[in-house]
Amino acid sequence: MVIDWLPSVLITTLLVLAVVGGVRRANLWRAGQPEKVNIVAGLLALPRRYLQDLHHVVERDKYMSRSHVATAGGFVLSMILVILVHVFGVSSQLLAGALLVSLVLMFVGALFIAKRRLHPPSRLSKGPWMRLPKSLLMFSLTFFVLTLPMADILPEGTGSWLLTLVLSIGIVLSLSEMLFGMTWGGPMKHAFAGALHLAFHRRPERFGGGRSTGLKPAVLGGDVHGVAKPSDFKWNQLLGFDACVQCGKCEAMCPAFAAGQPLNPKKLIQDMVVGLAGGTDANYAGSPYPAGKGDAKVLGNAKGGIDNVITAGLIDADTLWSCTTCRACVEECPMMIEHVDAIVDMRRFLTMEKGKTPNKGAEILENIIATDNPNGYAPASRTHWAADQNLPLMKQKQTAEVLFWVSDGAFDMRSQRILRAFVALMKAANVDVAILGDEELDCGDVARRLGDDATFQQLATRNLATLGKYKFSKIVTTDPHAYHCLRNEYGDFDVDGVLSKGGSGQGVEVLHHTTFLNQLVQQGLLKLSAFKGGKVTYHDPCYLGRYNGEYEAPRALLESLGIEIAEMERSAFRSRCCGGGGGAPITDIPGERRIADMRMEDITQTGAELVAVGCQQCTAMLEGVVEPRPVVKDIAEILLGQLIEEVH
Amino acid sequence: MPLNIVSLVSVGRHPQSGRARRAEQDSRAVELGLKLADTALTVLHVGNPDDPILRQYAGMGLPSLTVLKQEDSVDAVPVLQRFLEQKNIDIVLTGVRAESGESSGMVPYLLAHALGWPVVARVADIVAVKDGKAEVLLALPRGQRRAVSIQLPFIASMDHAAEAARQSAFAVGLRATVESVESVGEVDQIRVDWQESVAKIRPKRLKTVKAKTAAERFKAATAKPEGGTGKVMKNETPKEKARAIFDLLLEEKVIR
Ligand code: SF4
Ligand code: SF4
Repeated sequence: MVIDWLPSVLITTLLVLAVVGGVRRANLWRAGQPEKVNIVAGLLALPRRYLQDLHHVVERDKYMSRSHVATAGGFVLSMILVILVHVFGVSSQLLAGALLVSLVLMFVGALFIAKRRLHPPSRLSKGPWMRLPKSLLMFSLTFFVLTLPMADILPEGTGSWLLTLVLSIGIVLSLSEMLFGMTWGGPMKHAFAGALHLAFHRRPERFGGGRSTGLKPAVLGGDVHGVAKPSDFKWNQLLGFDACVQCGKCEAMCPAFAAGQPLNPKKLIQDMVVGLAGGTDANYAGSPYPAGKGDAKVLGNAKGGIDNVITAGLIDADTLWSCTTCRACVEECPMMIEHVDAIVDMRRFLTMEKGKTPNKGAEILENIIATDNPNGYAPASRTHWAADQNLPLMKQKQTAEVLFWVSDGAFDMRSQRILRAFVALMKAANVDVAILGDEELDCGDVARRLGDDATFQQLATRNLATLGKYKFSKIVTTDPHAYHCLRNEYGDFDVDGVLSKGGSGQGVEVLHHTTFLNQLVQQGLLKLSAFKGGKVTYHDPCYLGRYNGEYEAPRALLESLGIEIAEMERSAFRSRCCGGGGGAPITDIPGERRIADMRMEDITQTGAELVAVGCQQCTAMLEGVVEPRPVVKDIAEILLGQLIEEVH
Repeated sequence: MPLNIVSLVSVGRHPQSGRARRAEQDSRAVELGLKLADTALTVLHVGNPDDPILRQYAGMGLPSLTVLKQEDSVDAVPVLQRFLEQKNIDIVLTGVRAESGESSGMVPYLLAHALGWPVVARVADIVAVKDGKAEVLLALPRGQRRAVSIQLPFIASMDHAAEAARQSAFAVGLRATVESVESVGEVDQIRVDWQESVAKIRPKRLKTVKAKTAAERFKAATAKPEGGTGKVMKNETPKEKARAIFDLLLEEKVIR
């Protein structure tokens, strides 16, 4: 290069600007609420979290994971070497050589990224994101040429004024994207915010193969309940929103989006970014919300600011109420962003501060408060379903091996068939079981997902008080929602250690009935004949699968009947919601299709005649699809059909 | 001048669980009160100012509630009367009857009698208040309405046809202030001496429908019951009217 000092000055200037931007951005996040985070441990854990946990998610898309490793790895390495070689002027042929190699690596990766952008799938955001691969290529090319002389491949001082000009422009443009854009809101922001988000994640338990799905308790009695304004989020939630790469994986998986309801998880996260940084959504370049009131689909109308109420101008409340809390987005998000937490946080504000739970929401909540069940049935009729079941009550027995948590299915005739089937199986296996009877209350799942955490906390505390009176070593339930609450959410209120210690001091095991039945089958306590019906598929309930990681037991049970499961394309962690979670059937936000119909299409495509489920809510949703359609049965019902009764 | 409206609220009782709740009709009285006076509405309760159920009313959007502090055994009517007399009130809204306690439905009448105001029973809506007069819609069976015009002040009891109460927001209820007002009350001795027991389910009178087609059945289900034996008495003396009621009660074996 003709002017030797120019590159280093340009690089340094952009580096300084990037640092300034970084501090400004960090201040935006700090407008959020305090949350304790172990900063040092988080930063130390960062490389492992990136290389293992995040990569594990990205790895599902092999093409993208390889391109990203090459590009990002190449860039980080190149950037360090660029600073050493071109800013500090360390003249080492070895370093220059390494820089050239890493730039080639990055160039190759960027080529693949550019290729994907030739015909980008609709889930990807366009706009500045279409520019990014070009910037990546420009960066690697520019510095490649710039470094050649230092590696002694070209003599020093090669080039004319023209080359100097071209290279300088290359440096400014590519570094503007890569450094300046990283902290001033360009596409590269994902690397900066993403890295910090991984380090300071609100659910560090998720790393290292762990699972953390229970909602965090709302603080009651403060100035605001739930999240009204972006500044009501925890600071690391704001940071998390900023980490989004707009890959749209969440959008592609979201059942509400597919149903044409006014929700797109990607847009929601981008709206949160608009909220935290201020401005409008005019620059958003992805798919809008599929529906919405008025001109909700037109970009530029949504306005946000850190202290503006989110549902007053930034997003419509219907967007929040469309979510089924299925966690498909969270499961799919390579940046490990927590959409559901944010959605429920904002719902809490709408319900507890505004009293604006849509449609049947208010009525259901009022029923839960006054009768401990969502439909307002007489609490004294809770055990009517078991009148002929000869099931002992905990009140009489005081102690039992298994406590059967019946759930509100007790009031519903279809669910009662599942309950009875499960009881028959337990009887056949001589399980020492008892129920709480009328002492059992709604688990609080619906209240919590509808944003009424006050009622949830009440129910949790009262249920725990009841459970604390008795001795048992397992709680088994046929309802994945109750299972999730008891297993993952009651802990926050279990001050007396009712579940963590239990009557025995060993802690109480909370199990879904499929897990428990599978144990019984493994132990040879249930004699089952082979299933002779037609093709069978299995629908993973969200609250069993993604929330609790139980994909195996239901499948093992079906296989124990000799069933070869005809898996749906979207199964296990990618299972599509039935539409019944998160209070969505209660808030009932209109769309173009029904989620349950779409799921039934998935089922029909396998050619199955029978779909096995493990949840009464899924059963209700799928059976609500018009016939002709495959038969819907809970696994307990299928097993009962194959039970070989022993004659004593 | 803004309207001075008071909604009277009591502690309700859920029909299935028997648990305390905001009473269905009383919360409609609050809803209508909020429509007419917004947060200038006075919501008044006689009883324990610490009752958590009051928060359920407050959650409808009230910054504060007024409670005339009294024991359960006290007759609410004279307490209310003394309080209402002191204020310059335009409309008092109540439920038709309480969900607990005596549930006699007499409070609006006794109160009106004591204050010398008119009562409008089973109101569906108060459409407008102008020049010291209110245009009121009364609820009649089968969705019919009767428009009446009434001089302020008056007492109105809320029908089920009135706008249902809005959702109660937990945090709003939590933040509301309860103004506890000391008052003098007399023990309702009759009430105290009562014994409560579970009601027996009354046998239903069978309605024999001789309809043959669906259309006829529909008509039978929706038509006004044409009481064959009933008669309209307009010009008779009160004594004759009372006699007719008495005879009917005897005939129906309500009294023996
Ligand atoms: S939220 Fe996650 S999955 Fe969705 S677009 Fe952003 S990074 Fe991708
Ligand atoms: S939880 Fe499910 S419904 Fe809600 S935004 Fe995520 S994918 Fe969509």
